[in-house]
Parts: sequence; C-alpha cells; structure tokens
Amino acid sequence: MRLEPIANPSALRLYGLPALALAATVVVASLLALIAGADPFATLGLIVDGAAGSRFAALETLNRATPLIFTGLAVAVAFRARLWNIGAEAQLYAGAIVTVLIGMQGLGAPWLQLPVMALAAIAAGALVLLGPVVLKTRFGVDEVVTTLLLNFVMLLFVGYLVEGPLKDPAGMGWPKSVPLEKELRLPRIIEGLRLHWGFALALIAAVAVWVVQTRTVLGYQIRAVGQNAGAARFAGIRVNRVLVQTALISGGLAALAGFSEVAGLKGHLSSDLSPGFGYTGIIVAMLALLNPLGVVLTALFVAGIFVGADSMSRAAGVPTYIADILLAVSLLFMVLAIRLTRFRVVWK
Amino acid sequence: MSLIWDILISASFWAAAIRIASPLIFATIGELICERAGVLNLGIEGIMVIGAFAGWFAVYLGLPLWLGVGVAFISGMAFGLLHSLLTVPFGLSQHVVGLGITMLATATAAFTYRLALPEVTSPPRIEPFQPWNLPGLSDIPFLGEALFRQTSLTYAAFVVAALVALVLYRTPLGLALRSVGENPAAAAAQGLSVTGLRMGAVIVGSGLMAVGGAFLTLSAFSSFFFDMVNGRGWICIALVVFGAWQPGKAVLGALLFAAFDALQVRLQQTPMGAVLPYQLFLAMPYLLSILALVVMSRRAEVPQALMVPYNKGER
Repeated sequence: MRLEPIANPSALRLYGLPALALAATVVVASLLALIAGADPFATLGLIVDGAAGSRFAALETLNRATPLIFTGLAVAVAFRARLWNIGAEAQLYAGAIVTVLIGMQGLGAPWLQLPVMALAAIAAGALVLLGPVVLKTRFGVDEVVTTLLLNFVMLLFVGYLVEGPLKDPAGMGWPKSVPLEKELRLPRIIEGLRLHWGFALALIAAVAVWVVQTRTVLGYQIRAVGQNAGAARFAGIRVNRVLVQTALISGGLAALAGFSEVAGLKGHLSSDLSPGFGYTGIIVAMLALLNPLGVVLTALFVAGIFVGADSMSRAAGVPTYIADILLAVSLLFMVLAIRLTRFRVVWK
Repeated sequence: MSLIWDILISASFWAAAIRIASPLIFATIGELICERAGVLNLGIEGIMVIGAFAGWFAVYLGLPLWLGVGVAFISGMAFGLLHSLLTVPFGLSQHVVGLGITMLATATAAFTYRLALPEVTSPPRIEPFQPWNLPGLSDIPFLGEALFRQTSLTYAAFVVAALVALVLYRTPLGLALRSVGENPAAAAAQGLSVTGLRMGAVIVGSGLMAVGGAFLTLSAFSSFFFDMVNGRGWICIALVVFGAWQPGKAVLGALLFAAFDALQVRLQQTPMGAVLPYQLFLAMPYLLSILALVVMSRRAEVPQALMVPYNKGER
C-alpha cells in the first residue's frame, strides 16, 4: 500500500474521520468495560456523570483541567516549532519549587508577592528547558531523551527538598513542604465555588499564546521553523534563536501549571503534586492539533475523562486506569484520522 | 578514593553490574534493531512495562519461567506491530506514536493488574530465575563469581546481542535491514520491501524490549510494581546513541552504565552516603546518560533515514 495526497478533501472526510476516531475510542471504552465485567452503557454514563453531572463534578473537572491547559499549551508551542519538549513534568516541578521558595520569603503585600512567585516560576521553567535546547542547538543532542531524563532528575530533586531542607516539621512525617500562608493562595474566582484564579490565568495564557502564534513575527517564525527548518534558515530566520525563544515560552507555560497547583490548589510542594500532567499535556496538545484555543477544549475533555473515570471506578469497579488507556487510544486514533484526511490509501 | 577502589576490586560488584546491565542489553539491542531500520521507537518505556507485567503475570498464573519470557516477547511484539503499522505504512510522527504507545502499554499493564488483582496491597511474588553456576567456569577465582554465577536470562542477553550483531553484519537480512535505514529508495530499487523490513524490525525489536522488562520481574525483583521500569527505556535510547548504533558498543555502554549504577548503590552505604542525599546518587544514572549523549553527539553515525518515513512512489 502507499499514500496518495488528496488535493481537496471533502467536508465529510475532514470532519467525518476525526469523529470516527472519537467513536472508535468509545467502542474501545465499551469493550474495556465488558472485559471488566461491567455494563458498557452504564460505565460510559457514569464517566460522563462523574465528569459533568453535578456542580461539584464540573468544578472538579475545571480544576483538573487547569494544569493540563498550561502543560498542553507548553507542548503545543514547542511541537509547533518541532521542538520535542517531553519535559513539561520537570518544568512544572521547577515552577512549583520556586513558587514555594518565594512564598516562604516575606516580600510584603500578597498583591506584590503572588505575581513575583508566578514570574519566578516562569523563569525557572524556562531555564529548565533552556538546558536541553542549548544542548540541541550547540551539540546536536536530541532533546526528546534529555527532556525525558530530566523529568526523573527533577522528581528526585523535589524528593530531596521535601524530605530535607523544605520539609514541614508539622507534616506528621509526610514528605511535603511547609504550606503557603493563606494570603499567598490564589483566591477563588467566585466566593463559595471551589475554583481558583489559576483557571482564569490558564484561559488568559491560551489567548496570549494564540495571539503570539497568529499575530506576531515570532509566531510566524515558529511555524516556519517547524514546517521546514532548512528553508527557514535559507529565508534568513535565525533558527536556533527561534528555538531558544520557543523553549523559554514553552518551559514558562509548563511552570505556570506548577505555580497554579501549589498556589491555587495544594498550598504545598510534594513529589505527588503532578500525576503526570506534563505527559498528559502531550495528549492535550495533539488532540487540539496544536491550536492554543483548542487546547482549552481538549484539556477539559481529558480532565473530564480522568475525573469521570475516578468516580465511575468507585461505583462500577472498572479500574480507573481505563482513563489512561482511552486517552492513549484516542491520541493514536486521532493522529491516524488526521493523516487520512489529507492522504488516501492506495493498494497496489 | 580507596573507598571506590575497594568496591571496584570486589567480584560481587561486577556480578551486580552484569545483572543490572542485562535488562538494558535486551532493550537497547531491541531499540537498536528498530533504529537501524530507520524507525525511532519511543514506545520502549511502555513496552518494557508491559513485558515486565505480562511475563510476571504468566508465571503468576502458573506457566513456567521460560514461557513467561515468551509471553513477554509476544506482548512486546503486539505493541510493536501497532507502532510499526502507524509509523511505517501510514508514516505518522514517530515521536507522537512512540509516546502514545508508551502511554497505552503502561496503562494496559496497570489496568490489567488492577482488574486481575483488585484487592492486593502487597504485590504477590513469584519464584524467579535462580543463578546458574556454569560448571567449571564458575569456580575460576574472581571471574567465576563476577561472570558465571548469573541467571540464565543474563546469559541469554549476551547471546541475543551476539546473534543480532551476527545477523546485522554477516547475513543478507542484516544488509537489507541496514539499507532500509540508510537509503530506503535505493533498497526499494533493489526489490526489497521497505515496509516489510521496517515493520519486521520494529516488531522483533519491541519483543526484545519486552523481554528486557520481563527480566526485572522474572530475574531481578520477582514482583511487579507500577513504576519499576522507571526511565530505563529512555536510558536505553541514550545507550543506542552512545553505542553509535553498533551492538557491540551498545553492550559495552550498557555494562559501563550498569557499573556506575552498581557503584552508586554501594557508595550510598559508605560514609559518603551519610553526607550526600541519597537522591543525588539515584539521579546519577539519568545525568550520566545525558552526559553520554553530549560526549557522543559529535561523532555519532546516525542511520541516515532514521525518522524519515518512506512512501512508495514519492519523489
């Protein structure tokens, strides 16, 4: 078989195939439920219900989506330039560490200290990604492996901090940092609703990234580098410089996830702050086709599946890992579907 | 310094290094086969997880150890088939598909484990491979204890690496595999099936990665834990680069790496370990891998068509 490009794909092809990919994911979900000895329709219903069936559920989904928007944006920005940042997890933790460190200093008023915490977090995340990118541009070292390996190093560093210098003496032996003061927590958007300003910040970030990507020279250069680095260089774009700028933005965005989780939700640093938000960000970004506004939608979708599966698992007894399988499957189905909107399979 | 020297001259240290190297050798050779044929397989981390689980689960259900290894191999081949279908004929991004396969395989292992054993709190154990003292050889002073009192799965790792090197450099199949990784158009012009060879390489390579994972449960730890692979797959990708895509050098790299790993474990128990945080020792393998990549980057002989999809009839 071989693939033949399609000049003008029909609307049916353009929208039908991605829809088919989603439908196929639902079929896989039903099969997994059957294997687990549960009723497929009831299982799916419980997932939807657990994700959006009540005010509590919906708020839980929004909270879970917040870090995923940040990491999804981080991945989307980087992948657009074909910079394979698989290290959003490490950058998230760098942001979380710095948030806690600055939070422990008395800088005066919270209105001053919170933005300083956020900016310092951005700087830390940017720095963490800068290393692998300099290794890439200077020595040609593949950034996939270096960013992946740094995730493990960073997690060990967090472990060291929360068991050592930052350990909370009042933590009953649990390895976690001293909690941030109350006034250094991100306030709730609406009093009484369990949703903090981190979510609003994530939406602002998505719009900002969209503006940068579609309305600025840098956005144009990022796309040019991603489409064809050689041609971009020939056209006079300083490719390495664009890659470094992309890295700073991407690392900073991922670090905001750490800032928002610490200052908005948890209040302290621990090595289970992120259940893989950095890796899940890859799924979020790919399902959104690297579109920053789309990232908001797919982050909500992905968060919904996680939250829904958690609550379904308690009720129906299907292991909660069904969520991880479904997301991986939807990623693979979706990239295949997108490819088939542009190419036709020819057998010969 | 004498501290390190004392460790280096003990036979048990070298025996540990070879033990630690074994899963890395299986997986690194598996990745090397994929990459020599032109396909980067980032599914390696997840495939090692599914291999560790499938091998352990088969033995837990009562199969003999070697059939457990076989089950692991087949589970790896299954995910390799999926990976190769998406990346070879459909030419999808090897980065995205590889990471997707890692997530899928990891989640599948976790899902199945929870489904089969919903209530367990401490992971059940199996009876793992026992050391096999090679007759005669294992009685040689020092060398006997260091090299010849390993489990049969360790000996198998070295045999597999030698066989792969033999096939790669001494057979028409090996020549064909290398040529689709260097210049697929020229290989196709000679009548070779680029698609078939690449898919075959990814499927067999993935099988070996899974056996590497199974070493952890069937020979090293005798239980299955969710985080047990812990980045070993990514380290193997670095080892392939370090070994300049050659099986012999890759095995040496794995041994060198494992020696450092065995060393850091032992240093933790010395006065040094009382001063320095243990996390620093645990971070050494990852930092070392990054360093190895930097050192080798200048003179790495990358297969020319690595990560370049081939579509018949193009250009």
